[in-house]
Amino acid sequence: MKILRPLLLILSFAAAEAVAFAVPDSPLHQPAKHPYFAILLIAVTVIYFIAAVAGYLTKKKKEEIIEEPLFYRAPFLAGVILFLNLLNIFTVKTAIFPVLYFPSLDRVFGTLAEDRELILKCIAFSMGILVKGVLGGLIVGFFMGLAVGFSKKAAYWINPIIRILGPIPSTAWIPILLVVFSQARSASTFIIGISVWFPTVVLTSSGISNVKNSYFEVSSTLGAAPIHKIFRIGVPAAMPSIFLGLFNGICGSFVALMTAEMIGAKYGIGWYVNWQKEMMAYSNVYAGLIVIAVLFYIIITLLFKVRDRVLGWQKGVIKW
Amino acid sequence: MVGTIKFENVKKTFISMDGEEVNALSGVDLEIEQGDFVCLIGPSGCGKSTMLRLLAGLDKPTEGTIYLDEKKVTKPDCDRGLVFQDPNLFPWLTIYDNIAFGLKVRKLFRSRRDDVKEYMELVGLKGFERSYPHQLSGGMCQRASLARALIGHPSALLLDEPLGALDAFTRMNMQDELLRIKKEKNMTMIMVTHDVDEAVYLADKVVVMTPRPAKIEQVLDVKLSQPRDRNNPEFIRLRSEILRILDFAGKEQEPEYNI
Repeated sequence: MKILRPLLLILSFAAAEAVAFAVPDSPLHQPAKHPYFAILLIAVTVIYFIAAVAGYLTKKKKEEIIEEPLFYRAPFLAGVILFLNLLNIFTVKTAIFPVLYFPSLDRVFGTLAEDRELILKCIAFSMGILVKGVLGGLIVGFFMGLAVGFSKKAAYWINPIIRILGPIPSTAWIPILLVVFSQARSASTFIIGISVWFPTVVLTSSGISNVKNSYFEVSSTLGAAPIHKIFRIGVPAAMPSIFLGLFNGICGSFVALMTAEMIGAKYGIGWYVNWQKEMMAYSNVYAGLIVIAVLFYIIITLLFKVRDRVLGWQKGVIKW
Repeated sequence: MVGTIKFENVKKTFISMDGEEVNALSGVDLEIEQGDFVCLIGPSGCGKSTMLRLLAGLDKPTEGTIYLDEKKVTKPDCDRGLVFQDPNLFPWLTIYDNIAFGLKVRKLFRSRRDDVKEYMELVGLKGFERSYPHQLSGGMCQRASLARALIGHPSALLLDEPLGALDAFTRMNMQDELLRIKKEKNMTMIMVTHDVDEAVYLADKVVVMTPRPAKIEQVLDVKLSQPRDRNNPEFIRLRSEILRILDFAGKEQEPEYNI
């Protein structure tokens, strides 16, 4: 019966296309330039089947084909298409949902295509401050964490600072930062830096202090110098904890990024959503949200890929 | 010749959590010759592990001095290899990289790269180069830990109950393995153990220690030739002798638990 799975997808796809083309649009909705939703649906389904067939042809054991991720994903994709179909019916086809806040899917997807230049510019801007802020926060947090983890003196001086300043929500710094930094961009980068710094420094230092002392003892009987104990024992042993800190930090940095872009930014994906909301252009708001979701999904997935590489030696860690 | 060890009136006291002074070792004198296999045996609290840690340089004696080849022991170094009961392999490194660790930190890896394979073969781990420690059994991890300590050519190998966590069969197997390695490398080996049978089977000298105060009670020479037969009358006599010494010391001791 597993082989019927793609059939579900075809059914759901056909129903959505039938509704999109055969049912007339409600006159209350502003018409879109092209039937973007129907086109996107065709594109996704065609790509899916090409990939599935290609997978089938390259696979050596044909029986295993139903275990393929593509077959496995078919019912899920069918469900997504059904959901979009219902959304399409409730918005543009019948106008049951409030027209102003629930624009047609054609216009949401249309925005992604028609407004792509501004959106790309916003993505580039956001990524610019996100990368700078995350790297800055990570580097400062990592080395500060090492210092606190390895040196009692450093812990004495730095720990209270971490405990007092760390828990302050990064966005609460905005009033001060606006005075300190002449540019809104630098202030935004700094906010992101703080939001990454705190979890990184805490989990790096606690990771280091939880390393089994016998690892250090063994290494010293093997001739390791202090520098080796830090970078060949301490850091790799604390790596799971450091990654946890980085993961928390990056998730926090997304929140920080969205807020940071509300202070005097000229571009940025958070700014885009906020600005379009004020313009009551809800199709653009949804398009912006889709971009944010995809962007952050990619970032987190990349982070987990890196982590799986670095921590391949570990068993049973959080899966993404 | 390298590998002679001398303990001169070595004392060690700790300050416990309640602020009391605890005598971990009270005045030990011991001389170990090059190529000797010495077993330190005794009940918990007799100071046998403390002696080994002091010799490794992981702790400093409160009084007295330890010499290795006439040189004062002050800090841990690669001339004294150490193997714990827990193999303590670095879980983020493959078996190969674990064994090569000492060479790498001492910048000897380029010139002695081939030694890693040689030592893996010596301990019988050929073919497990790319495995991670969690993929290996306890006995195999202990072999890897042995190779890691041996590859640096230490003058003395210190073993802190290295076979304590292994099952009986693996344990007997590893005892023979230790003797083979010792014969091949002819190094001084000092082993802490709880097991009287193991001590008599392996050692040239058995150092029997007693607690409260933690000190050496008696040093017995084992003159049996290798390989040893566990049913040899002399073997059995020595075993009973050690047990007698330990039991004698035990009678003056307070019981650890009262029912």
